[in-house]
Amino acid sequence: MSMQATPSRPWEKEKIVRRNSGLTLLLGALIAYVIVLFTGFAGPDGWAVVLFALAATFTFFRNRRLSVKERKDSRARLLIAAASVIAFAPWISIFISVLFKGVKGLRPNFVVSDMRTTTPDDFLNMGGAAHAIVGSLLMVLIATVITLPLGILSGLYITEVRGRFSGVVRVVIQSMSGVPSIVAGLFIYTTFVDATGTFSALAGALALGILMLPTVARTSEEVLKLVPDDLRSAGYALGARQWRSTLIVVLPTVRSGLITAGLLGVARVIGETAPLLATALSNTSFVFNPVSGPIGSLPMYIFGMLQIGTENSINRAWTGALILLIVVFGLFSLARYVAGKDKR
Amino acid sequence: MENVDISERSELKGTQMNETTSNTAVLETEFAGLETRDAHAWFGNHHALAGVSLQFPARSVTGLIGPSGCGKSTYLRLLNRMHEFIPNAAMAGEVRLHGQDIYAPGVDPAAMRLKIGMVFQKPNPFPAMTIRENVLSGLRLAHIKVDDEESLLEKCLTRAGLWKEVKDRLNASGGSLSGGQQQRLCIARSLAVEPEVLLMDEPCSALDPGSTLRIEETIKELAEKITVVIVTHNMQQASRVSDYCAFFLTDGGPGYLVEADQTRKMFTTPNDSRTADYVQGKFG
Repeated sequence: MSMQATPSRPWEKEKIVRRNSGLTLLLGALIAYVIVLFTGFAGPDGWAVVLFALAATFTFFRNRRLSVKERKDSRARLLIAAASVIAFAPWISIFISVLFKGVKGLRPNFVVSDMRTTTPDDFLNMGGAAHAIVGSLLMVLIATVITLPLGILSGLYITEVRGRFSGVVRVVIQSMSGVPSIVAGLFIYTTFVDATGTFSALAGALALGILMLPTVARTSEEVLKLVPDDLRSAGYALGARQWRSTLIVVLPTVRSGLITAGLLGVARVIGETAPLLATALSNTSFVFNPVSGPIGSLPMYIFGMLQIGTENSINRAWTGALILLIVVFGLFSLARYVAGKDKR
Repeated sequence: MENVDISERSELKGTQMNETTSNTAVLETEFAGLETRDAHAWFGNHHALAGVSLQFPARSVTGLIGPSGCGKSTYLRLLNRMHEFIPNAAMAGEVRLHGQDIYAPGVDPAAMRLKIGMVFQKPNPFPAMTIRENVLSGLRLAHIKVDDEESLLEKCLTRAGLWKEVKDRLNASGGSLSGGQQQRLCIARSLAVEPEVLLMDEPCSALDPGSTLRIEETIKELAEKITVVIVTHNMQQASRVSDYCAFFLTDGGPGYLVEADQTRKMFTTPNDSRTADYVQGKFG
């Protein structure tokens, strides 16, 4: 009896089979390239279509060595792979075009200066969108400070308090998520802006908050529902009152989920332009006071630059979009870091 | 509502219990102060438990045994007002702690639960807390100030039989422990608020034999200081760990108490033939 055993993975395909299918794919890609060179198909889209047609033909007319089951398996594999590429392609395409078109204007001055003394037509080494970045962050911060507690509280009302109006609250929140963003802006315009007599970051934040609240509240509710009743019972069995148990047991248990709820809300509103049109307007210079008048923001910056329509201003708009993506990405990373820090 | 005969019958059982206790003078002086009188429980229209009158002897382990669905766990949850968290739940009768009905109007349920702790079937340490925070969580939850938290921490973990295993990693997450360790952590957590009575709802049913044995030792040590009431499906466990046993049964209707006595007597010469059949494994 041999005591030596070599570890193997009988459930995986043999190396040679994997290598062969890799080579087949490579060959298909090359043939598709040649076909694109000599026929009416053009560009990456045409190439993808040809490659898919080739792969489909090959898969459907594969030789008889394969069993019926294996042939079915490979067809399903091809269709699912193609579907995932189709679903993924637009996202990647947006990301790549923003990256390539935006990187032209991405110079140090873009993230430190404002447009007070620069016209949109000026060279890209003059002026910047720092005032818009500050404005966007300021408004989103205020909106988060207002809506995160409100959203978590309404989630708590539905899951913990289970009050008589839980159903009503849930329906109202759900229907709030259907409010068109321009309506949120107009609502704040007719109430807050009219009353204070000026556009301001606070007005913009309130309009964004209206859009943010349903997302935050819904996500908080879903997250709070995940807390096992066992933990609540354990809290009560230790002589805790409900609010104490909620504060010490329930909320910390889903801390990272609640941070995600806030993040989803931020992601929902940071690119909103319509509500800001009627509330924060825009500005070409730095504004740090949230109640002192019109303030710039990244979406409004992009919108304004696109409207001007000259080459340099459009470049500025693309760079603004890139910065917006980077800001969202940065906020997500920061939140993931904060949420993950307490995991020991 | 119904079942007048059952409540009459259970009063009879209650007298039996009283007789048993009064037979032994020591027992009477050591009555823990926890008793139920004609306790009933409902879930909506479902009458789950009928007319249980029982006194719990102090500094001892009382096992609640009986087949599934006979109302043992319901009865246990009635004892520290956890029953009322179930929607549509209702109850009747009295649960008295030192003569005071804990269901009387004006009684603070949180204060009662502080005195009557509970350990659950599935280990449920708080996942967002460390081992240390888990043990001391009751203090924060119930607003209790303690001068020396470190010695309390060590004392509780030692009594739960977990100190040696975790003393070097008190700041690790409670979830990083094994199932048996987690359950002992939950016991330590219950002990930190110094309850007079500890209720345990099948505390070993989710654990392996080794951990079960460890927890049974813990329970016996605990009973030197406090009163323990334990629900168990395991006859061997009941005979190993409990000093007194109460046998519950259902005839399809609400569960009721058949008899309660010293464990030795329950397992050898019970008054009721159904008890004998059950503890010998003839049904249930």
